[in-house]
Order: sequence, then structure tokens, then C-alpha cells
Amino acid sequence: MAIKHLEEYRDPQIAQKIIKRIKAASLKQIRLMEVCGTHTMSIFKSGIRQLLPETISLLSGPGCPVCVTAQNEIDAFIALSRVEDVIITTFGDLIKVPGTDSSLQTERAGGRDIRIVYSTFDALEIAKKNPKKNVVFLGVGFETTAPTIAASILAAKEMNLGNYFVISTHKLVPPALVALMATREVNIDGFLLPGHVSVVIGTKAYQPFFKQYQSPCAIAGFEPLDILQAILILVEQIETGAPQLTNSYRRAVTFEGNVKAQKIMQDVFETVDVKWRGIGTIPESGLKIRKEFAAFDAQKEFAIIVSESKEPKGCVCGEILTGIKNPTECPLYQKACTPMNPVGPCMVSSEGTCAAYYRYYSI
Amino acid sequence: MKIDKILLDHGSGGKMSHQLITDMVLPIFDNPILAVLHDGAIFDIAKQRMAFSTDTYVVDPIFFPGGSIGKLAVNGTVNDLAMCGATPLYLSAGLIIEEGLSLTDLGKILQDMALAAEKANVKVVTGDTKVVPKGAVDKIFVNTSGIGLIPRQVDISSHRARPGDKVIISGSIADHGMTVLTQREGMIFDSPVISDTAPLNHMVTKMLAAHKDIHVLRDPTRGGVGAALNEIAGKSGVGIKIYEEKVPLKKEIAGICELLGFDPFYVANEGKLIAFVAPDYAEKVLAAIRADEFGQDACIIGEAIADNPGKVIMQTSIGGSRIVDMLTGEQLPRIC
Repeated sequence: MAIKHLEEYRDPQIAQKIIKRIKAASLKQIRLMEVCGTHTMSIFKSGIRQLLPETISLLSGPGCPVCVTAQNEIDAFIALSRVEDVIITTFGDLIKVPGTDSSLQTERAGGRDIRIVYSTFDALEIAKKNPKKNVVFLGVGFETTAPTIAASILAAKEMNLGNYFVISTHKLVPPALVALMATREVNIDGFLLPGHVSVVIGTKAYQPFFKQYQSPCAIAGFEPLDILQAILILVEQIETGAPQLTNSYRRAVTFEGNVKAQKIMQDVFETVDVKWRGIGTIPESGLKIRKEFAAFDAQKEFAIIVSESKEPKGCVCGEILTGIKNPTECPLYQKACTPMNPVGPCMVSSEGTCAAYYRYYSI
Repeated sequence: MKIDKILLDHGSGGKMSHQLITDMVLPIFDNPILAVLHDGAIFDIAKQRMAFSTDTYVVDPIFFPGGSIGKLAVNGTVNDLAMCGATPLYLSAGLIIEEGLSLTDLGKILQDMALAAEKANVKVVTGDTKVVPKGAVDKIFVNTSGIGLIPRQVDISSHRARPGDKVIISGSIADHGMTVLTQREGMIFDSPVISDTAPLNHMVTKMLAAHKDIHVLRDPTRGGVGAALNEIAGKSGVGIKIYEEKVPLKKEIAGICELLGFDPFYVANEGKLIAFVAPDYAEKVLAAIRADEFGQDACIIGEAIADNPGKVIMQTSIGGSRIVDMLTGEQLPRIC
């Protein structure tokens, strides 16, 4: 694996130049949404908010996979972990998220076999090594993770693995943008579109959304200069009244996207209406496993019983995920809800807006 | 039949235990205080201030690029003593071994401990070995305790950071944590990543020779630089300002952290120290650190300030600022 370096995207002099241009260009009071949680974290980590003029407000969007996972889905994961002979494999972010009456972390401490993996192929390995157990991978995430999870199902089929299952709660970004614009309280003047997701789906995937709403859009990378550059593009589009769908992350994102990844995803999954935490049900915004691969679908294989799921009382994660509220406007923030004792997922996830505020913003 | 694995019998206290100690442990740590094989080590000590520390090592994998659980166990306790300003003298070693561990591996671990002890100029003078059934521990756990003497006029404590103090770090951060993590997960990278485990006591001796009144010393192990600085800020009641671009971080380590979603500020180091020194003496102490073989990349990364007591503030490379908070629990890899 080769690792290229990133210093050129953190150059302080260039940063200052872009900030100067943003300040000169930004006259109107505007609200920009960074859709992706990794953008939120990067913005906080590099201290971008303090460097922007007061005319620009940055709102954090619904692009934190753990945060938008609905409560009944979290409860289903917990229920699955309690099934006999099941080994749960998951990305790390999920394990601290509180369900209605437990969390995967609590279940693990109670003796359930729950393992953090870095890749779905680690989960396949675990399945191979434990033929007498059923290994379930918790499929959470957007178009970024869905292709590798689809690939793991294809690989399991190829290997004739009868004990590997996926529970798919994948969600798609473009339908969420439409849902956001359709929400009345949400006033967004422009979108900083996610980088990783766009690598997979390409600029073309946002065209229907852009055509419908004519809202300024810039696809951005994750380095400080990437983000500042995209903000400048959005400010200029708004000030000149000429909205565009701009790809400002050209070193990684193409118009077509990663066609191979898209195909794998389409082969294994089909779209379905799903519920997002805080937003509600969005048509065609989820991915479920196609019938042909039902043998690998944990939802079909295991009778998962979830008694009534309840979202945490007083938690305003939903309004935070849609940019209606800031974490500081939540009565629980920093009081009942801290990373040590999180009430809602936005305080748990490393990409959660509340966690970002808590960790980086309390000067 | 030649025995090449640790058996439960090796922990029985009987002949097999004795044999393990006399054949394998004693020759490696050979010294007169240990050779007595009494219930405890007996030695003379002058009327001086002493430091006493203990730590337990459960690292997985037990061998990794740059070291092993044995080397880590000696360096770790040596460094804890050194951070008190003490000259480490004697260590104890407690081994909890899983039934089935190969004797070759045990030999390598003991050998690494002996080498590390020699390098740090300390002696392992007492110890204990237990063997537990398969599955009760993961291969081998090692505890070391150590004592050391603190020279007169040396008063090092996390409470003593003062506004104006310069913050020095002895080299690049996050090497150990990312090495162990990537080894454990079987990740292979083009550029090798190597643990920084090293004894810091000789470095501290050089620092104290340059200037006796070093205010704070910490080795940022678990929780990384972020946790260590937060503790110092809290205990000393000062703010700490750090300049992101000044913090040494190897490119390959930065890349891996980026890839996996880890913040290097919270990743463990095993051969680095952070020092708080009054500004007039900072350059002198820095030069002393750089003169040590493990401190060549040392630099000043920030200063203690009167504002924002208890908080660590980072000036980011693009000129913004943010809080460096203490992590709540384990750092977890991100989803996307």
C-alpha cells in the first residue's frame, strides 16, 4: 500500500490566500451544509470555522452513517448479538451507540461475541475459521462502504461460505439531499458534497438533484485546503447567482465515478424506502440484499425480535442531522449527554456533530 | 521427549518450575542479588529519595517490529522511573504464561528483557513465574516493577508546569501504537512502521545535567500526547498551546492514521518524553535531548500559558485553533 502525502493540502500560506478571497467575496449572510461527517470532523480539526467571516454559517448534515441509522436498526443489531452461536462483526464506530435498552459494547462486556473489523474481508476470514458459528456483518454506511460489503457477499458465494451473513442498513446520499431540500425548516444556500461517496457514485449522480433544486453544490476533498476551496466556490456561485454542480475534488472524483463499484453494488443490492434517524422515511434511499443473495441476508436467516424501539428522550439528533439545530441548542448537550455517557448517536460516532463540538469546540 | 512448550507443570512450584527458573531465567538475568533466589531481593540503599513504579504488559502481538513484550516491559518501567527524575536501579519481573507457549518464544522474550535491562543499566533482581491453563491469558503477560534514586534538587511533577514553560517532545509521535495496531490486523504497508520502544533514562540524565530544574516529564504512552498534555494542564492549572505543524510525525504514520481514521495525538508512544522547561533553559535542555540516541528529532512544540487553564489548545497548520480533549475510551476506526 503506498501512502502519498498531504502537506500540500495543508499549506498555511495558500490557506490564508483562499480565506482572504472568501472574505472579499462573501457579502450575503449564507448557510452552507457539509453533508459528510468526515468533513465536519476535518473542519473542526483544522479550525476552519474560526477562520471564516461571520457571513458564513456551516451546518453539519446527515452524512454520519452511524448517526442516521434508525433506532430500530440499532436494536436489531443488539438483538442479533444475542442470538446463540452468532459472531457479530462490525466497524468500530457502531459499538458504543445506545439502543433502546443496551448497546453492542454492553453486550460484548456481557460475553456476546462482537468483533471490530477493519474490512469485510476480515469478517469473511472469521467465518472461514469458525465454521460452527454464524458470522454476521453489520452493514452500515453509504455508497462508500456498500460496494465492499457487496463484494464480500459475492466472495462468500464464490467460496460457498454458508455461515456468513450481512444485515444491510445501507443508505444513499443523493435521495437524502432531496429530502433535506423538501424539509421546510431547512434553509440551505449551498452544499459541500462528500468526497468518498462521490469517488464511487461520480458527479453524475447529483445531476437529478441539482436540476430539480438549482442549489449550489461543490464536491470537496477532506484536507483543509480542499474544504476552503469548495467554500470559496460556493460563495462565488451564491454571490453571482449562478449555481452549479462543481467537482472541486478532481484528483479523486470523476464524472462517471467508480463504475465497477457501482456495478457490484447494483448486482447485490436493490433500492428500498428506508427510515433515517431524524429525517424519517426517504423513498428509494436504502439498499437491501437482492433475492438472489437471500442466503446471505441476516434479516432472512435470523428471526430478529425487536420490541418497541424508542429514540432517546430529549435528544435532538434529528434536528442536528438536518442542520436545524446546533448541538449547543440541545438541552442534553454537555450535561446529560457526553462522550462518556452518550444519549444519542451524534455524540458517539467519531463523525458525529455533537462529538465534534464536544471534542474540539469548547474553548 | 524434548519439551518445547510451556506446560501447566512449569507453574506447579515443583521440579519443573525450579528447572524453568534455574535453566532459563537465572542464566539470562545473571546477577548476585537475584542468584540468592530468596523470597525477595535484598540490597543496600543510601538515605535518598526513591521512586517506585509498576506496570503490566499485555501487548498483542508479543513480537512486533522494533521490539517485543519483553523489551517493552523493561523499557516501560525504566521510563516511568525516569519520568520521576529517578535513576532506575532494580526491576522485578512477573510472568504469567499461557500453557503451550513455545520455549523458543519465551527464551526470546527473556533475552529481550535482559538486553533492554543492560541497555538501560538496570538489573532484574527478583521475579515470579506463573503458568495458567490455555485461554486464561493470551500467550504471556509481563509485570515489571522498579525502583530508582532521585538526585537531590530534582523535583519533577505533573503539577509543576508554569505559564511560559516551553513544551519539548523528544521525537516523532504515534509510532508504537500504529505499529502494534497494523501488526495485529495484519496490514502491510510499503514503508515499514517500527515501534519506538526505548529506554529514556540516559536521556533524562543528560537533561538533568544540562539543567536540574525540569518542571514536568511525562512519557506519553496510552492515550498518547493528547492525554499526557491534558493531565499536565489539569494538574498544573495552566493552559497549553501546541503548534500542529511543529509536532514531529513520520509521513508513513500520518498516512496510516489518516487511512484508518486515527488521531495520532491519542496514539501510544513507548520511547518518547514530553518535558516542560522554563523558557530560558529550553534550548539547553533541547540540545541535551538531541545528544541522546533516542532524541535526535526532539523539538519545541508549544508552551504553557496562563489563559484557558486546564485546556490544551492546538494551533492548526492552516492557522485555526481547536481543543485537544482527552479521549473518553478506546479510539475506534471510522466507517468511511
